[in-house]
Amino acid sequence: MSSPTPSKLSAASSRETILARIREALRVPAPPPHVIDRTLVDVPHRSDPSTADPRSGFPALQVLPADAGRPWLPDGGDTPEERLAILTDNLEKLRAEVHRCRDVAHAAETIADLARAASWQRVAWHHDALVADVVRALSCETCQVDGPSGSDKELLESCQAGITSCELLVAQTGSILVDSRRSGGRGLSILPHVHLVVARVDQVVGTLGDALALTKQRHGGQLPSMLSFITGPSRTGDIERILVLGAHGPKELHVILVG
Amino acid sequence: MTTLQHNAASGSKESGKKLPSADSQAGPVPPKRQFLQDAAAHVADIGHRSFVRSALGGYYKSRDAQKARYRDWEHARDAASLAKWSAVNRLDELLEQFAANFEGRGGKVHWAANAHDAREIILELVRQAGARAIIKSKCMTSEEIHLNAALEEEGYGVVESDLGEFIQQLRGEPPYHFVFPCMHVRREEISRLFEDNLGTAPTDSPEELTMIARRHMRRLYVEADVGITGANFLVAETGQISITENEGNARLTAALPRMHIALVGIEKVVANLDDLSILLPMLATAGAGQPMTCYNTLYGGPRQEGECDGPHEMHVVLLDNHRSAILADPEQRDSLHCIRCGACLNVCPIFKNVGGFTYGTTYQGPIGSVITPHLRGLADWNHLSGASSLCGACSDACPVRIDIHHHLLHNRRNAARTSPSRLERLGHRLFVTAATRPWLFRTAGWMARQSMGLARRLKPPLVREWLASRDLPTAPRETFRAAWQRRSRAAGARRPEKGVSSASSREST
Repeated sequence: MSSPTPSKLSAASSRETILARIREALRVPAPPPHVIDRTLVDVPHRSDPSTADPRSGFPALQVLPADAGRPWLPDGGDTPEERLAILTDNLEKLRAEVHRCRDVAHAAETIADLARAASWQRVAWHHDALVADVVRALSCETCQVDGPSGSDKELLESCQAGITSCELLVAQTGSILVDSRRSGGRGLSILPHVHLVVARVDQVVGTLGDALALTKQRHGGQLPSMLSFITGPSRTGDIERILVLGAHGPKELHVILVG
Repeated sequence: MTTLQHNAASGSKESGKKLPSADSQAGPVPPKRQFLQDAAAHVADIGHRSFVRSALGGYYKSRDAQKARYRDWEHARDAASLAKWSAVNRLDELLEQFAANFEGRGGKVHWAANAHDAREIILELVRQAGARAIIKSKCMTSEEIHLNAALEEEGYGVVESDLGEFIQQLRGEPPYHFVFPCMHVRREEISRLFEDNLGTAPTDSPEELTMIARRHMRRLYVEADVGITGANFLVAETGQISITENEGNARLTAALPRMHIALVGIEKVVANLDDLSILLPMLATAGAGQPMTCYNTLYGGPRQEGECDGPHEMHVVLLDNHRSAILADPEQRDSLHCIRCGACLNVCPIFKNVGGFTYGTTYQGPIGSVITPHLRGLADWNHLSGASSLCGACSDACPVRIDIHHHLLHNRRNAARTSPSRLERLGHRLFVTAATRPWLFRTAGWMARQSMGLARRLKPPLVREWLASRDLPTAPRETFRAAWQRRSRAAGARRPEKGVSSASSREST
């Protein structure tokens, strides 16, 4: 960036000003919050024992460790069957459409039916083994966002539907995790009017905590630039608090579960 | 009603243009007078009040249904409040950690000590980008620093993409509620607004109105050079920002333009990615009665190699703007735990009756009444501490257990210490004088009882204003002391149990 020296200087100084204000403010400790469950308090911190504020003199107050399961949040299920049942129930309540398919051929057929019924002219997709298999069965025009010609947002805007894979599905909240590296970038899952997600049933995890831990583990320090939890089709309640689907993102969300 | 809203809107718009600083002092009308005038007008507007109430009806139902899915909501509140407590109390460390990690991922962090600096930083970025069109997703910090006015003054076109914010932008009004910006607007008004501004056919269907905005906005996402968003959380551990939304407009704003700028308050930082597994569902449940909002997205820097789209540059502007002053007050430091879910507004009897504009603040409702005196000065904004029945509904609703209604009391106490009202002081001194002298207390009480009926009938100037919206009770025939003495005498004469019951039944009738 070609900003002149004075603004760089002031940028450095405003960083120092703010941090100095914060350090000065934190010299007086704040009392710990009133909590009803002391067991939450007495657990040492999961990642770093030094995080108990040395300045405060208050006992280390930290959140439960991640692996404790958080038995007070909504249930995510203990077995794969339970998780799948909770996920399906949540997705239906969120007005997403769930299609259970025996195998990839069945999934391809299901998507081809949807395309015919809604007479889609152009469908966008991205490079992924599962997605490629189902796209082959489509008779309409298809465009690949991560092809050699790169992503074209004008072209993507003209697509009626986008087909993506996903990283995992969260039973607890009915969410689908897509990322910008392996689920077709940022635009594919949000710009077309219909979003189809092709996933295998073994991609279902229990809770949001599990999903975040698994994502970190999978990518290590190299997280993709975007991770998005999609929970149902786009919606708004801005007009008289009345629910309307399809505010800016997809009006329809189809989850095709294979296996 | 329309005149009232125009007043509220033009008032804040003017202060946004002529005095663009959010920490600017009151406009032509002092905030307290403005509050009283607008509150009186709103309270009298039964139509508006019942409209707002019925709009909130659906929220109560879905919130309760979602809360019931938690195996223990109160424990979840504990965990959420601890996560925020431990972050806010080592804010310096976590902010530095966030900045290092975010810049390690190719983003750029800018530090803004106040509203003016934040505006300058963003204007400079927009200039460097050679922007022609800017698209914004909902961002309350940008309302706080009056960003749109500053961008428009420089000749940039800015479009709010959130449906509610878009409607408010067309109406020339600030948000009515910081989560539901246009909850006070009827569909007929929106239809007329779209007819006038976008040339669309009138309709009374919320669905059709939403589709009009959807069609209008799609070209703008594709054409915009710069996308501006806020953020709900900053994750120190990974250097990511987290954005919570329902419509998908923030996703589009951060996907299609070349540059993504996020303007975020410094208090938004949390330590670990894992903290979001508690905070994201609770934000959705408390704020909108949802299990999760539709899109909860983490952004860590611009597009990476191997990714097919996304912005080439990503900037995070960290905004202090008096937040460190709140931090310096250990008693009220927990008001920085706020995740801006808006639950306290939705349950507040004052908010429901005086409406969002009456507050005259960026952040309305109970939490706004707590933090605004810190952001803009206690002397001018202490009246908000009185805009509470102290019922505590706000504190009960808060997913991170901020002791909101006690903080309103703390502000009242602080105001009495720093800028005491002479009249109140005189009143207290008179009371103490009377209360410590039984003969004076008796005499004064007798005089008050005698004059109450008279005051009710004559409404003398000193109490006229007070009586305009209140009824004076009828004075009892005898004082409590007299009744007690009589009862004790009676109890001495009769059997004790009978004496008690007959005395209490007489008193209650």
